[in-house]
Order: sequence, then structure tokens, then C-alpha cells
Amino acid sequence: MKIGNAQFWVHDQDEALAFYTQKLGWEVRSDVTMDEWNFRWLVVGPVGQADVGLVLMPVPGPPMLDATSSEQLGELVAKGAGGTLFITTDDCQATYDELSARGVVFNDPPTPQPYGIDTSFRDPSGNNVRVTQVMEFSYERG
Amino acid sequence: MADVPLARHLLRAKDLADARYFEALTVADLASAAGLSPAYFSREFRRAFGESPHQYLLTRRLERAAALLRTTDRTVTEICFAVGLSSLGSFTTSFRRVYRSTPMSYRASFPPPESMIRIPACVAKAYGRPANRTFREVSDERVPVPSRSSTPDPSQEVMP
Repeated sequence: MKIGNAQFWVHDQDEALAFYTQKLGWEVRSDVTMDEWNFRWLVVGPVGQADVGLVLMPVPGPPMLDATSSEQLGELVAKGAGGTLFITTDDCQATYDELSARGVVFNDPPTPQPYGIDTSFRDPSGNNVRVTQVMEFSYERG
Repeated sequence: MADVPLARHLLRAKDLADARYFEALTVADLASAAGLSPAYFSREFRRAFGESPHQYLLTRRLERAAALLRTTDRTVTEICFAVGLSSLGSFTTSFRRVYRSTPMSYRASFPPPESMIRIPACVAKAYGRPANRTFREVSDERVPVPSRSSTPDPSQEVMP
């Protein structure tokens, strides 16, 4: 058993696509529009990890989700209750510098923790992305 | 482009409080991060998150202070300033109201840092923030403290 794709709800797929490809430097894995469903299957993923992707799913409206629930879901994501993607890097500071230079606004600088060094940012919809350089556990560092 | 929900702007203010609580942040600074006027911002923040921006910032600072009390040997005064509060008296009063004990007795109720459970810092920060309280509350419920029943086991380390 393996993880294939994980999924975030997004408010605007074009905006999300631009963020994940242009600012994070990820690649498009799939971008298929089903006109009759008014649906676009959009998957991105980090270069070098071809077997795991992130589905950028639009907050659905009727008939999949009633209008009230759709609005609530969109608002929950905007409040930051949509969830977190935990990603790892070999060099937290380098990733921070590289993404900052491309316009990603981080919530916190790379911070030493007992389990490594980590930092975080949000995507345009409010989804949280945690970036961790995993290191041997040490209370001295945190 | 779809309309950005107001909550997305309010979240920027919440993120700012989480990121820079140790600075002399004010509600006006938080309102500015959301791009809203302070009065409108405070009302909408409360509607979205169920507490005022002032309460959120204060409980974030108290949560960080509690973490420093548990995991470091810094003095109470140092910790008060380290979390962005400028009055030791107000800090002690707020801390007692929320945690139902003084900073020193709170610290004494915890074992040495080495025995703390290993979880990602972001998780500890998100779940460890206390609810605000008033002295008028009649409930005598204890503030939940992290369970310490399990001993650290490197093989069960939770990776972020």
C-alpha cells in the first residue's frame, strides 16, 4: 500500500496552479477538464517524486455539495481549517531562501526543533504547508 | 479569479499573531495584516474564530510562556518579556486566570523536559493554546495538561 495523491480544496484552480508551479517550482501531473461535468482534474507534484501528487480540487457546489455547505467549506479552508501538507527537504534554509525569492511568504523563519528544522507557509486558499528538514532527534536543538 | 473569502484575510492576522507574538504587536497591527480597519477587523475576527484578536494574541503568548516554563529553566520575568508581554504583573495575573496556577507552580508540576512527548512543534502550538478564562467562571474544571503517561520511545517518534 502506498500514498498516490493527497488533496487540497482550493478557491481558484488557476491561482493555485500558478502558485504551486511558478512559486514552488512543482510540475503539472494532470490537467484534464470534463466540460460536461464542469470539472477540472488538476494534479501537481514536486520534481523528483513522480509517484505522489497533490490534487488541487475546487470547492464543489451543487449538485455535489449544497450551496450552504459549499460556502461553509470555502470559508473553513480560508480560515486555515483545510489541513496541512507536511513536506520534507534536505536543507530547510535553502528551501526557505529559494521559495522566498520566488515570492512565497513564510509564516515563520526556519526554526530548530528537536526533530529537525522547520518552517511553514500557506497556499493562496489558506492551506498550510509545513517544510521540515528531518534530523536525528535532539533536545539540544529545540 | 474567484472572490477571496474575508476569512482568508483574517487568517493572515492570525498567522501574524502566531509568527510574531514575541514582538510588541497590537490589534491595530493585526488589522493591518488583514487589510481592514481595526473596529471592523475585531468584529469579523471574533465572528470567524470565536474570540477577539486580543484574546487570541494573549492566549498565544500564554501558550508560548507555558511551553518555555515546561521546557526551559529561564526565569518567569525573562519568559514574560520573551513572549511579547511587557508587564510582569499582568502576565502573572493572566497566567493564573488561564492555567489556574502561578507560573512557578505550573513549572513545578511538570517533569524535566527530557520526558516530554515528541510531537511536531506546530502541532503542540496549535493544540496547546489555552482557552481564555475569566475569574468569574464558576466551573472548577482543571485546564487539560498534556498527558505524560507514556515514556519517550524513539521508535514511536512522530515525524512532522
